[in-house]
Amino acid sequence: MATLTPTPAGTRPTKTPGAHAARPSNRRRLRESNWIGGSFGWIWLLIVMLPLYWLVITSFKTQANYFFTNPLKPPTEFTFENYQLVIESDFVRYFTNSVIVTAGAILPATLISFMAAYAIVRGAGNRFLRTVNGIFLMGLAIPLQAVVIPVYLIIIKMELYDTLQAIILPSIAFAIPLSVLVLSNFIRDVPKELFESMRMDGATEWGTMWRLAFPLTRPALVTVMIYNAVGIWNGFLLPLILTQSPDQATIPLALATFQTQFGVNVPAVAASVTLTTIPIVLLYAIGRRQLVSGLTAGFGK
Amino acid sequence: MALPAFVMFVFFGIIPLLGVIVLSFATWNGITPTIELTGLTSWRAALSNPSLPNAIWVTFLIMALSWLVQTPISILLGVFMARQTRYRGFLSVLYFIPLLLSSAAIAITYKSLLDPSFGIGAGLGIEALNQNWLGEANLAIATLIFVVSWQFIPFHSLIYQGAVRQIPHSMYEAAQIDGAGRVRQFFGITLPQLKYTIITSSTLMVVGSLTFFDLIWVLTAGGPGDATRALAVQMYQQGFQASLMGPASAIAVILVLTGLALSLLLRRLGGRSDESQLEGA
Repeated sequence: MATLTPTPAGTRPTKTPGAHAARPSNRRRLRESNWIGGSFGWIWLLIVMLPLYWLVITSFKTQANYFFTNPLKPPTEFTFENYQLVIESDFVRYFTNSVIVTAGAILPATLISFMAAYAIVRGAGNRFLRTVNGIFLMGLAIPLQAVVIPVYLIIIKMELYDTLQAIILPSIAFAIPLSVLVLSNFIRDVPKELFESMRMDGATEWGTMWRLAFPLTRPALVTVMIYNAVGIWNGFLLPLILTQSPDQATIPLALATFQTQFGVNVPAVAASVTLTTIPIVLLYAIGRRQLVSGLTAGFGK
Repeated sequence: MALPAFVMFVFFGIIPLLGVIVLSFATWNGITPTIELTGLTSWRAALSNPSLPNAIWVTFLIMALSWLVQTPISILLGVFMARQTRYRGFLSVLYFIPLLLSSAAIAITYKSLLDPSFGIGAGLGIEALNQNWLGEANLAIATLIFVVSWQFIPFHSLIYQGAVRQIPHSMYEAAQIDGAGRVRQFFGITLPQLKYTIITSSTLMVVGSLTFFDLIWVLTAGGPGDATRALAVQMYQQGFQASLMGPASAIAVILVLTGLALSLLLRRLGGRSDESQLEGA
């Protein structure tokens, strides 16, 4: 747990003896050929990429072309008809809904998780905060599926059923436990001296939180935001049970609709899937390092 | 400062968790406002439902098979990726892509790809590939396991990659001096050193597999027949389609308890108790 995320510049080194030691001298040995591992790695790449490749090339085929040519061959003539069809089928609305839900959930979720993480780290001796932290840790083990029925009931009672807020509120709540965990582990690595010198300068706890801890925590905040954005953007169950009208559908739900609507028009289905995947792949391209280091370090031993 | 997050989580996480227990002792159709406490009626209805044993069987089958397929491949890939060369970095970027896609997108892709009349099997004209992948019970389970593995192996191999990088290198040097080859090193050092990671990853896999819903729902909707109708799907159908929120809540409680029992069991197997942060994420 010592190295859930990379430490901010200038803080003390992370506590993983052996992780980086003794590497350079062994570079040579590590490059030894390992054809079993190597070929296995490439085979897996094929397994991962083949469906994606198929998806993308299919999305550029005309229906006739799709039915009568080798499914693995790229189209001789690229067509954008399928994309046009998807965009004309209310794609923009679904897309906007997904953007509203994702942004509307991750911004508040990150802010309140950061505040909670800060309080938990700074008030380490406080009994209430210890309990709060314990509840968040426990919360990591609560699957959304297990609580959807009461969440549905609460949303109905709040008269939010079939609105985007209905998806946003529980999404925020379920983003909190992991966010607090990642952020508090990160804030813990900020040197105490920095906090003390802020206090000497007469800063309030509130000021210290925003002016010192917040900027220093930026890498972890980015990790958490991307991680949650991927999860919420892809969320299916909450939109499925908490909304009803096509007006409020988010992209994953819309995909299911497209699939029925387009039927055997597989190129159109492929275009719809491709189109919905682009934003999240772009986000990943931007924040890849943050996300992967956050994930790997977090689950190492 | 911790209050907003705490209130939010209690309201939509903890209260619903208690709520689902209460609802499992109630009768509610999910539509009208009347919720009546009716004692064990809903539990009796859930437990005597003839499709429950099948749902439990399917859930555990998916759990066991997906563990068996994912674990060895994830370990091998993790070990492979842990060695640093330029092209492996590039490979890991590509391996990550399935993690970005929604289960709905993945399910729809495979559904079209494997379609018996228009899919890849028919298009390529390869007899062995041209099966009714999602239309026959055994094939549908196998296909589901494949798709699940496709989606989640990248995640677990990342976990293993991180762990392999933390194994002290001196151990391998010592082994080499003793003349142990690669395979011996793998079984003698790497695998034992990964013990806790295996427990962590398995816990995530096993508990996570209890909650597969989106993927199954879009891929097969539980079919053909009830071949892939796992507990989470059964819960959704009972609650939101058959309007039996009481029995559906009882199934949710069964899911929570099973998940809890399994993670405690796995943690005991691991023999370490300080890993509370590793579940469910």
